[in-house]
Amino acid sequence: MSPALGNMKRLKKPPDFFLALTWVASVAAVLTLLWILESIVLPAWPAIQQDGLGFFTGTVWDVNRNRYGALPFLIGTAASSLIALCIALPLGIFIALFLSENFLPLAVRQVIRFVVELLAAIPSVVYGLWGIAVVIPIVQQFGGYLSDYLGSIPLFSGPATGNSMLTASLVLAIMVLPTITAVSRAALVAVPATLREGSYAVGATRWETIFRVLVPTAAPGIVAATILAFGRAMGETMAVAMLIGNSPRLSWSLLSPAGTLAALLANQFGEAQGLQISALMYAALALVLLTLFVNMAGEAVLRHAEKTTAGIR
Amino acid sequence: MNLMTGGVIATRMKNSKVSFLFLATMTAPLLQWSASAATQLQGAGATFPAPLYQRWIAEYTKGNPNVQINYQGVGSGAGIKQFTQTLVSFGASDAAMTDEEIAAVKQGVVLIPATAGSIVLPYNLPGVATLKLSREAYVGIFLGKIKKWNDPALAKTNQGVSLPNLSITVCERSDGSGTNFVFTKHLSTISPEFKDKVGEGTSVTWPTGVAGKGNDGVTALIKQNKGAIGYVEYGYAKNNKLSSAQLQNKAGEFVAATTASGAATLATTQFPPNLLRAWPSDPDGKECYPIATFTWLLLYKKYDNGQTGEAVKKFVDWGLTEGQKFSEELGYVPLPKEIVDKGMEALKAVQ
Repeated sequence: MSPALGNMKRLKKPPDFFLALTWVASVAAVLTLLWILESIVLPAWPAIQQDGLGFFTGTVWDVNRNRYGALPFLIGTAASSLIALCIALPLGIFIALFLSENFLPLAVRQVIRFVVELLAAIPSVVYGLWGIAVVIPIVQQFGGYLSDYLGSIPLFSGPATGNSMLTASLVLAIMVLPTITAVSRAALVAVPATLREGSYAVGATRWETIFRVLVPTAAPGIVAATILAFGRAMGETMAVAMLIGNSPRLSWSLLSPAGTLAALLANQFGEAQGLQISALMYAALALVLLTLFVNMAGEAVLRHAEKTTAGIR
Repeated sequence: MNLMTGGVIATRMKNSKVSFLFLATMTAPLLQWSASAATQLQGAGATFPAPLYQRWIAEYTKGNPNVQINYQGVGSGAGIKQFTQTLVSFGASDAAMTDEEIAAVKQGVVLIPATAGSIVLPYNLPGVATLKLSREAYVGIFLGKIKKWNDPALAKTNQGVSLPNLSITVCERSDGSGTNFVFTKHLSTISPEFKDKVGEGTSVTWPTGVAGKGNDGVTALIKQNKGAIGYVEYGYAKNNKLSSAQLQNKAGEFVAATTASGAATLATTQFPPNLLRAWPSDPDGKECYPIATFTWLLLYKKYDNGQTGEAVKKFVDWGLTEGQKFSEELGYVPLPKEIVDKGMEALKAVQ
């Protein structure tokens, strides 16, 4: 206990209403989460009982025959998010490096930083519309060439459709870019200047300093950025539902339509009946747990990072 | 009264610009409040007839300002749900209601066919103005067995048309829908293989293709993807200027979806005597377009509030008679006279 708090106790102050208010607010937030979980688990129960863990390995989602296997959507969720990260991560780190070094005058860097962070403010549905107008025609064109010349590789086997895993992943990559850039930049800026000076002092060049000293020191922060972005990509609904083609079939090809858990829920919940509602709630539970887990992992890495770099700050 | 108090406030505020705003914001809700003695009707359900119902409401309330009607196109399934929970004054569904669903409504249910429409297969093939699809061809496409536009099965019925060597992108519904129900019912009727592999229902798992939400979602997918074909209510294809395929009917003729060919199909429907629920899943006539369906309004047999029941009755009565005039321009098929008569007869049961 901190000494300040101890003093307050000794003085026997009247109850602090502001403190009570903050308590109520924080407890309410926690209770809301539990409440949401409860209201997902209860309606999901019939499906949990019927399908059990088979829900996660079943490959057929056939509402008409009451068969619910979520594997295609689980894989679709993971794959679209991972591909988006593969594109956004290198890009994001380079932008973060660029913004944290003094290659350009500060004013210019501030503008770039502002613009990149503005990407986070664009509503999801607008990304979806942009994907339809711009990315779909591009993917159709180049996807056609890819499947013509590299079609023997399962990843690029045709036919190439505009609404596909690739389209959704490309748009997701742009959507998570600001998260990666902002958190990575903060981590890079937080690296103490003494480390940089030390590196120069032993004769390292600028690039050696960046890649051997700065990036490794900021690595925990960058990892946290990645995990946060991963969580965001997995939960993304509107833009993905508009672009991915919403297919319940498993396919190796990036050029084929696919589906994600979030898009599945958005598509089917309105008209769902009977056991289908249950199965969708089960899928929602899977998605919540997945994103919760990923977000908690991100948080843990950040904490760890703060501890390990505390000594050099 | 409202204007007077508003005026007093306005003069007190020395006629500044703010006072006008104040006047407007003060009096608008008051005026609305005084008008809300009108009967309020809430409807919800199918998206398929939604454009027509919206038009009906606009036209009907012009002549009957004492009624306020609000219709939400939330989908047939959701419409049935809200109707069963008595959240609405009337529901709407393309798949009518099953016996179990009807049994769950304690006020009793009256099903009234309100309008009808054809389900068309619009395609996106620049330069191909007419496309004729045999029964084998369109079943084959939706089963994913015919993958290219220049497939012999398509070339056979389209001599003189240069079909490109392009992959077929099948566009379908990602949500549950009455349109799905009618279309898969037809495909299951004409193809045992389809019945076995996909089956009929409001939500089915297609063996191929990309999916979008709602009739508008599928329309958008067709427009976005070159080489696409899908299924939507006729009005959606018409309003978006998409060409639709001519389909081979049971008699072997290739028929385009028009008001006349749709009406011919509807005329073949045999309704059971007391329950107006039937689908023309594969009509016989030479001039019949093969896939057409009615869409239903769901009313309670006994309304708790007599005023509401009376207002619903009047509105539906108007829709069955005057309202049919608006069908054609919006891409629907006006109901045949005998169906209107049966509907009016059924409407009498509503209290």
